[in-house]
Amino acid sequence: MRQIAIYGKGGIGKSTTTQNLVAALAEAGHKCMIIGCDPKADSTRLILNRKMQNTVMDMAREKGTVEDLDLEEVLLTGFKNIKCAESGGPEPGVGCAGRGVITAINFLEENGAYGDDTDFVFYDVLGDVVCGGFAMPIREGKAKEIYIVTSGEMMAMYAANNISRGILKYAQSGGVRLGGLICNSRKTDKEFELISELASKLGTQMIHFVPRDNEVQRAELRRKTVIDYAPDHPQADEYRALAKKIADNKNFVVPTPITMDELEKLLMDYGIMEKEEAVA
Amino acid sequence: MSTKIKDTQKMIEEVLSVYPEKSKKERAKHLAANDPTGQCSTCQVKANVKSRPGVMTVRGCAYAGAKGVVWGPVKDQITISHGPIGCGQYSWWSRRNYYNGRTGIDAFGTMHITTDFQEKNIVYGGDKGLDAAIKELHGLFPLGRGIGILSECPVGLIGDDIEAVSKRVAKEINIPIVPVRCEGFRGVSQSLGHHIANDTIKDYVLGKGTLEKTTPYDVNLIGDYNIGGDAWASRKILEEMGLRVIAQYTGDSTINEIGIASKARLNLIHCYRSMNYICRTMEENYGIPWMEFNFFGPTKTFDSIRKIAARFDEKIRQNAEAVIARYAPLMNKVVEQYRPKLEGKKVMLYVGGLRPRHTIGAYEDLGMEVVASGYEFGHNDDYKRTYPELKEGAVIMDDATLYELEEFTRRLKPDMVGSGIKEKYSYHKLGVPFRQMHSWDYSGPYHGFDGFPVFARDMDMTVNSPTWGLIRRKK
Repeated sequence: MRQIAIYGKGGIGKSTTTQNLVAALAEAGHKCMIIGCDPKADSTRLILNRKMQNTVMDMAREKGTVEDLDLEEVLLTGFKNIKCAESGGPEPGVGCAGRGVITAINFLEENGAYGDDTDFVFYDVLGDVVCGGFAMPIREGKAKEIYIVTSGEMMAMYAANNISRGILKYAQSGGVRLGGLICNSRKTDKEFELISELASKLGTQMIHFVPRDNEVQRAELRRKTVIDYAPDHPQADEYRALAKKIADNKNFVVPTPITMDELEKLLMDYGIMEKEEAVA
Repeated sequence: MSTKIKDTQKMIEEVLSVYPEKSKKERAKHLAANDPTGQCSTCQVKANVKSRPGVMTVRGCAYAGAKGVVWGPVKDQITISHGPIGCGQYSWWSRRNYYNGRTGIDAFGTMHITTDFQEKNIVYGGDKGLDAAIKELHGLFPLGRGIGILSECPVGLIGDDIEAVSKRVAKEINIPIVPVRCEGFRGVSQSLGHHIANDTIKDYVLGKGTLEKTTPYDVNLIGDYNIGGDAWASRKILEEMGLRVIAQYTGDSTINEIGIASKARLNLIHCYRSMNYICRTMEENYGIPWMEFNFFGPTKTFDSIRKIAARFDEKIRQNAEAVIARYAPLMNKVVEQYRPKLEGKKVMLYVGGLRPRHTIGAYEDLGMEVVASGYEFGHNDDYKRTYPELKEGAVIMDDATLYELEEFTRRLKPDMVGSGIKEKYSYHKLGVPFRQMHSWDYSGPYHGFDGFPVFARDMDMTVNSPTWGLIRRKK
């Protein structure tokens, strides 16, 4: 069983990419599971074809304590038998979502959610690693591989670098490794080259460049992955390619995060900053 | 430098010699030989800084200071420990702050109320539960005149907006609801909790009570928590002097009393450490002067009565002399009875608040000598007030460790040690006469003329109990 965590800047397309990727893995015959680690609980919507109603924390709140929960209530099955669970948590501005992630993952582990027959467990984690709770999936004994979803936008790259710093901390103590950057294209200038270069600076690879295609949005509107909604569309093949690369990946590294100055220089070298200045 | 100071300094060095270099260097700043004149530059201790990790400290936390000391004794306020069960459970009335009233009807001092956080409250926030708890309490206890929300650690971590709950619900039920941000991880000891609680008195209650008329003799009794009835004994003296105590802060007090304190002519402060803040506030905002006093033992009590009376007119001054004349023979009798049994006995103190300095005079009235004294959570201003009270060469200890206490005990050979519940049983095992001097070891009062006979009896009982002779002492 491989446990994999997906991180990246908020809004970059982690959940969409993860679900399409997992759908492709499942289609290829792998037994997969997705654990959403985000209080918004939208990490499994495209697999279940509806928004998950029974998140671990919401059910625990309803029943009183997490000990009162049964695994069957919070572990649902969707497209191609992909198992799905969501940690759930509070609305923005109250309580502690990080603690929710810790509690939910502990519950799933203790209750044997990760059956022996599972090939891949994916953790879809919200935005930045803001506190200990959101680092839970990469602590000892959990996800050993991480993929960072990014794009050619500066803040997405900045977040990718920051997340690498977090991984570095846990890599030293727990053995977690970076498997690569997934570029979810925003069609920025020289995006392919830029992210390839960032990946090499971080000591890793750009494992796949996912082109931008509106078919993804059309599928999402119907609460489906592209694999499910339009299996013959070229975009579905992109996710299949990503899935195959991840399944075959042997390139796991301790990342080498760079400084803010180095990151800015990278952007300048690829002409993005000068171009901005020229416009101004 | 005198030989006494030098000898003590040598002893302190010996005690510190077993520590690793870094600990030794740091702890050395917190231990000193006393110089009552204040001229010896190396005789001042450092205070109110973080305890050294790895050594045992007996300090409490901000929650303990705010709930256990300042807000807890306000009898018609319902105090909620907001957070998981432990903090409230373990602080469930252990300071014996006596009060008049019917518990559960119009007084709530010994009741334990908590929002009992579970995982779901951490994840989803505890504000809704708090809102419900306040309304439920108000329904159950309509004679509760205020509600205090005392924050435990997780409340600060998850950012529960207790101020918003307080504001919203206070409007609905029309009693003060006081949110106290006394999360235990704040500050270095319980001391910050006192300060935080004092500030909430200012922000939510002070100036809001009703008092029909004022007199020129209105005073507040500040920093007396009525442990074993202390405040009652102190109040009695002030009243016999002709003064009118309009508020007790906070032993056996009411929310209204806390509110009307701003109308007094003078603030009389016993425990300076825990309540100097509100005195300074009242001085700045209401122009009320404040003075410290000491009602432990006849010598200090007589002295304080005269100093207090000097702030008032001739009538009060005459009353004061009459009070002293009336009680002096009774106090002499107590001294006559106990002094022969206690004369020359040595005392070591390690306590908090006002006791490390304020009780010295009472021991001296009984012929006893305090050879070492220290504060758990004192500040520099406490030590400045302590140096002149102790003899030259006495040991001054700040935030002492259990090892240091034991070593000083071994070397100074005190006839009794006065400290807290955490030290009590290790002293019992050492076979050293011990008195729990935080809450008077289930006795009291110790304040005033009612208190001194009890104090003298208790010290005799401690020092001269045959029990200690039955303990096999560590060789």
